[in-house]
Amino acid sequence: MSENAVSRPTIWGHATEFLNGLFAGRQVILLMVLGILPGFAFAEEMRPLRWAADAEGGAPYIFQDPADPHRVIGFEVDLAEALAKRLGRPIEWVQYDFMSLVAGLQRGDFDFAMNGLEVTPDRAKVVRFSRPYYVYTLQLVVRKDETRFQNLEELLALGGTVGTLEETAAQRLLEEMGFSPKLYGNQTEPYLDLELGRIDAVLMDLPIAVYFAKPNPKLKFLGEPMGEGYYAIAFRQEDEALAAEVDRALDSLIADGTLRKIYEKWGLWNEAQEKLTRAELTDVLAEARRRWTFRTYFPLLLQGAGVTTYLSVTSMAVAIVLGLPIALARLFGPWPLRWAAVAYVEFFRGIPVLLLLFFLYYGLPTVAEAYGLPVSLRLSPMAAAILGFGLNYAAYEAEIYRAGIRAIPAGQWEAAASLGMGRILTFRRIILPQAIRTILPPMTNDFIALFKDTSIVSIVAVVELTKQYQILAKSSLKYLEIGFVTAMLYLILAVPLGALSRHLEKRWGKGQ
Amino acid sequence: MNREEFQVQVEGLWKRFGHRVVLRNVSFHVARGETVAIIGPSGAGKSTLLRCLNGLCPFDAGIVRIGPHVLRPGKRPAPFATLRLIRQRLGMIFQDFQLFPHLTALQNIIEAPVHVNRMPRKEAEHRAMALLARVGMADRGDAYPRELSGGQKQRVAIARALAMEPFGLLCDEITSALDPELKAEVLAVLEDLRRDGMTLILVTHELGFAQRVADRVIVLADGEIIEDGPPHEVFAAPEHPRTLRFLEQVAL
Repeated sequence: MSENAVSRPTIWGHATEFLNGLFAGRQVILLMVLGILPGFAFAEEMRPLRWAADAEGGAPYIFQDPADPHRVIGFEVDLAEALAKRLGRPIEWVQYDFMSLVAGLQRGDFDFAMNGLEVTPDRAKVVRFSRPYYVYTLQLVVRKDETRFQNLEELLALGGTVGTLEETAAQRLLEEMGFSPKLYGNQTEPYLDLELGRIDAVLMDLPIAVYFAKPNPKLKFLGEPMGEGYYAIAFRQEDEALAAEVDRALDSLIADGTLRKIYEKWGLWNEAQEKLTRAELTDVLAEARRRWTFRTYFPLLLQGAGVTTYLSVTSMAVAIVLGLPIALARLFGPWPLRWAAVAYVEFFRGIPVLLLLFFLYYGLPTVAEAYGLPVSLRLSPMAAAILGFGLNYAAYEAEIYRAGIRAIPAGQWEAAASLGMGRILTFRRIILPQAIRTILPPMTNDFIALFKDTSIVSIVAVVELTKQYQILAKSSLKYLEIGFVTAMLYLILAVPLGALSRHLEKRWGKGQ
Repeated sequence: MNREEFQVQVEGLWKRFGHRVVLRNVSFHVARGETVAIIGPSGAGKSTLLRCLNGLCPFDAGIVRIGPHVLRPGKRPAPFATLRLIRQRLGMIFQDFQLFPHLTALQNIIEAPVHVNRMPRKEAEHRAMALLARVGMADRGDAYPRELSGGQKQRVAIARALAMEPFGLLCDEITSALDPELKAEVLAVLEDLRRDGMTLILVTHELGFAQRVADRVIVLADGEIIEDGPPHEVFAAPEHPRTLRFLEQVAL
C-alpha cells in the first residue's frame, strides 16, 4: 500500500527540487544548459493542479496512511496520481474541509474538488462536473444483532433514527422518505454511535461502508445497495477547458482498466462500475468532437487572443519605456551608468525568457522569504509575465534605440547646439523624432515576435491563445480546424501591426 | 550682451587633436559690423577655428572673447548658460546645411526661438515668414528640406540662424556644396546682411567674393595665421611665400 502512497509534495517534488537547485544559486549555468532544454515540455505543464479533498477521517477516499502519518493514501489519491500521469501535469493535494469544498472551489482556493462529491442537480447548477469516475450506491448498516427491521421502510415505521453524513445524497434520500436523519460531519462517528446504540442504522456511501463497517464484527450490511448515483470531480464552470481535459483523461483511465485496478485494490469494484465503461472511448471521443463546434470553441479562442493582446501590448509598453533610458545611459551616460546599461542588455538578452519567467514567478517569493524581505514579491501570473517580457524586450529595444540614435549625423547635434539648444532639448526635438523612423520597423518586428513569444507564458498559468488552442485541441481532437482558426487569429493581430508600422514610417518619415 | 558690445577677440589660441597641432597661437580681432574672410589650404584648421568661436569645439590654450563673454581652454569652454548667450548672438551656418529633415522650412526657423527663447509660436511664425521673404523663400515655408535645392536649403539655414537675432554669423564654407548658379543666390543674401551691419566671419574658397566683399582677409596655413589684412593687400602683395603658393594653386 505504501508504495502507492502519495506524500503531499511527491508529484510536485521533482519540480520544486529543480527550482530549489536553480535558485539556490549553485550550478545555475549547468542547470540552464541541462535543465531548461530537456525540461521544456515538462516545464510547460509545470504548474501543478491544486486538488482539494478532506483527509480527516476520509477513508477510503483519502486519508492519512496509518503506517506513515505524513502521507495520505486512498483510492482518490491513486486516481489523482493516475490523472496526473495522464494529463502530464502534477497534481498537488490541498487539505480542505469537505463541507466547504464547493465554496472553496468558487473562491478559487484550488482547481478542483475530488472527494466523493455526488453529482446532484443543485451542485450541478454551481459547478462543472467531470464525467463520473465512480458509481456509488448507498449501503444500510445496522448492528450485528439487529432484528427489529429488514429495511428502511420498516425502520421508519418503528420511528428509529438513522445517521448519515451532512450534505450527501443519503441525507436527501432519507429526508425524502420522511426521516429526520442524525447528521454527522465525518464518516467515522455515525458507525461509532451505531455501535454504541445511540442510533439504529447508518446509511452512507458504499465505499465508506466497505471501509468502516464491513471489518467491524459488531456491524452488518442490511439489504442490497440502493440509491445509485455518481461521484464526479467538481470544477469551476468557467474552467471548461480544464474540465474537458480531465474528462478525456478519465475516459482513458476507464477505457484501459486503470480505474478498475484502483477500485479492485481498494475493494470497491462492483458490477455497478460497469456503467462507467459502457460508453466506449470512441463514443466519448465522437461526443467530444460533436460538442466542440466553432460556436463553442471560438469564444474561448477569442478570450485567449484577448489575453495574448493584453500581454503583448503591456509588455511592449514596459519594454519601450524601459528601453529608452537604458539606451541613453549607454550612449551618453557616465561610465558607471554606461557599464550598467551594457550589463543589463547583455544579461537580459542572454538568458532565456522562460528562465526569467520561472524566476519571477516561482523564484522571487522564495528569495523574499529567504532574505526576510518585508514584501512578499508574490507576483500574479499576469504581472510576472508582463514583467518578464518587459525586462527581456527592453534589452532588445534599448539596442534598437541606440542604433537609431547613433544613425543621426553629428551635424544635427551641432546645428541644434549652434542655435543655443541644449542636449536634452536637442535630443527630444531633433534627434529622437528622426531616429524613430529608423527605430520603428525593427521595433514592430519585435512586437510581432513578442506576440508569438507570449505563447510560453502558460508555464506561469496564464492561458493565452496558444495554450487555449492546446487545451481545446486536446479536448476536441480538432487539431487542424482549431489550429487553423488560431493561426488566423494570430494573423489578424499581426498583419495590421505591420500595416500600422508602414503607415507610421511614412508619416514620421515625411522629411527624409 | 547688446549690439554695441559685440565683437570677437581671439588671443593665443592653441588646439590639438591628439599629437597633431591644428591651431597654433592664433590671435585676431573682428570688430562689430566687419566682414572677415578666412582662407587657406584645406587642412589648415579653418573650420576648427570657426568652431572654437562658438564653443562647439574645445581648445587647449588661449582665450576667446565674444562681447563680454569668455571661452576658456578645457573640456567645457563655458557654462551652458554662457554658451547659449554666445550662440544666440553668434549664429553658425554649415557647408552641408544641417537643416532638420523632419521639419518644414518654417518649422526649422521657429524651432530655436520657440523652444530656446520661449517666444510665442504665433509671433515666431510671423517673424519666420518675414525672414523667409528676406532670403527670397517666402513661398516655400511649408516645404521639407528634401524638397528644396541646395541653394534654397542654405538660404533657409541662414534664415534659421537669423531667427535668433544674431549680431554675427560664422559661415563655414557655406557655398562649397553648391552649383555655381546656386552660389550666387546665397552670396547675394550674405552681401545683403553685411549691408545691414551683420558681422560676418566666413571660411570660404570664394576668393573673388572675399576680395569684393570682405573688409579683411585672414590666411591660415598649418594652423597659423600667415596674413591678416585688407583684401587688396593680401591678394596683391602677400607677405608670406605660402600665401603666394596658395593663391597660385587656387588660381589654377
